[in-house]
Amino acid sequence: MLTTAQITQLETQALCVREQIIRLATDGGCFLGASLSCADLILYLYTHFLNVHPGNLNDPQRDYLFLSKGHDVPALYATFATLGWLPEERLRNHLKPHDHIYWHPNRAIPGVEFHAGSLGHLLAVAAGVAYDCKLRGQQNKVVVITGDGELNEGSNWEALLVANAYKLDNLLVVVDRNGFQANVETEALIPLEPLEEKFEAFGCAVARVNGHDFLALHEALQRFPYAAARPSSLIADTVRGQGLPSIARRADRWFCNFAPDEVADLLAELQGTHTAVLTSAALMVR
Amino acid sequence: MGYEAALRNIVLEDERYLVLTAENRAAIRQLPEVLHGRFLDTGISEQTMIGMAAGLALRGRVPICHALAAFLTMRAFEFIRTDVGIGGLPVKLVGGVPGFLSDANGPTHQAIEDISLMRGIPGMQIFCPADEADLVIGLRTMLESPQPVYIRHNPLTAVVPHQLHFHIGQAETVLPGEDLTLLTYGMLFREAYAAAHLLRAQGVNARLLNLRTLWPIDAQAILQAARETRLLVTIEDHFLTGGLYSIVSELLLRNQVNLPVLPLALEQRWFRPALLPHVLTHEGFSAPQLADRILAFMRTIAAD
Repeated sequence: MLTTAQITQLETQALCVREQIIRLATDGGCFLGASLSCADLILYLYTHFLNVHPGNLNDPQRDYLFLSKGHDVPALYATFATLGWLPEERLRNHLKPHDHIYWHPNRAIPGVEFHAGSLGHLLAVAAGVAYDCKLRGQQNKVVVITGDGELNEGSNWEALLVANAYKLDNLLVVVDRNGFQANVETEALIPLEPLEEKFEAFGCAVARVNGHDFLALHEALQRFPYAAARPSSLIADTVRGQGLPSIARRADRWFCNFAPDEVADLLAELQGTHTAVLTSAALMVR
Repeated sequence: MGYEAALRNIVLEDERYLVLTAENRAAIRQLPEVLHGRFLDTGISEQTMIGMAAGLALRGRVPICHALAAFLTMRAFEFIRTDVGIGGLPVKLVGGVPGFLSDANGPTHQAIEDISLMRGIPGMQIFCPADEADLVIGLRTMLESPQPVYIRHNPLTAVVPHQLHFHIGQAETVLPGEDLTLLTYGMLFREAYAAAHLLRAQGVNARLLNLRTLWPIDAQAILQAARETRLLVTIEDHFLTGGLYSIVSELLLRNQVNLPVLPLALEQRWFRPALLPHVLTHEGFSAPQLADRILAFMRTIAAD
């Protein structure tokens, strides 16, 4: 069980992470909604589940977190900044050519395991890492976070077949199930449900939780691995835009590039004291 | 010693190596029983094989991936470009039955754009041995390279003893000659070698370069041939676009060198599937046909 103090700390940190993310949604913008949906997942995994931090990146026994959808990288950088792993001022370099903080992750930022952005790649990469950990008889946990829309890509399912064949029970696939892909609800375009059954059919042992509930996440991740000799899958039901009611669950607020006063408004909305007035055009990208 | 035995010896010496295949075991049939967990068959899934290879490389391994050249370089292209290429990872790709070696399989299996695709990836080195002996000579060097590597697998028996010293980016001069230079790689080497002898019987002294690595290319040897001989002939089982002819053209243009160049390659179509000797004659790449095509071209430039 998480203590009340631990939960309070997580909630305080999550608020900080969301603030940092929202500040990136201007001057070029970012994929705001998808970053807010997985913010709690990423924060929880780094603080309570994974044995990885800037001091042990060269340790072959450490754990791994691969961010497969990639455009949620503001949540990763904001988590790094909140935990003191990345100087907060580096985030001011967002989209600037002299730094490496752009719309998708890359290994120039310490702690980023692999570059992503082309969907459906990192499950296979993570499976390769998991295979090597097993081959060396090590106990590392290897986590990959995928989007839900990303599951349209067949390469994910191909990689699961192989992960199951090689009994990679050190591999955990976390799905940020925010219900949207780019501009459309997943179920309106390429339905994914029943998603647990799909993962089960591909050999995974599956759990499903509210991805914003730290207690539920803690309970679900304490039980990892969910079965011996099979990969595990955690479907985390989340809300795209969690924390900001004015953009939450809105198909047209995928990529967000707001004016500075709108960002200030959204930061107030995050504190629950205000409803933001958004006049910037909703962007339809892709 | 053949490819499989050479590979086994190298891999057994060094823990970093893993042998992977997307269920294409023709060249590595005996390896599972000696390598155990360091042999990984991902099934018919070239993308997953490359993705996993990238993951293994992140862990300090050097994965050596096998699949048919067409599926390896095309089905998995974006994984090679994005995971291996952008990552700059030392993943080794061994493409089976490239070029004419796919003989009767048909166009689905014809890798005749593989050089073009692989050299479009920054950092990718390309090794196209003339035969199995040449492959074995260069194998260790290519595997020890810190860069990603694409190898056109070639099981043909050697018709000449190859030079044992091997350097990435260095061609093998097999025959000296002052009249023209034959530039070739891979399985067409033996046809080019026989063609050079046919030309010699006609009083034409053909220099013959076995290029070995196409990327990096031996610019010095090619520019020297352009200075010292009057005609370059590129001979390849690859589309005209993007292969050796393109590489040589780029090199000559960049160096402001102008001389006649005859490309013998596949132009804008897949080749007619048949058993290998018939493919060669049908497509005009048997040694006598190569010699005839070169002599005909020499007559046209002499007439100009």
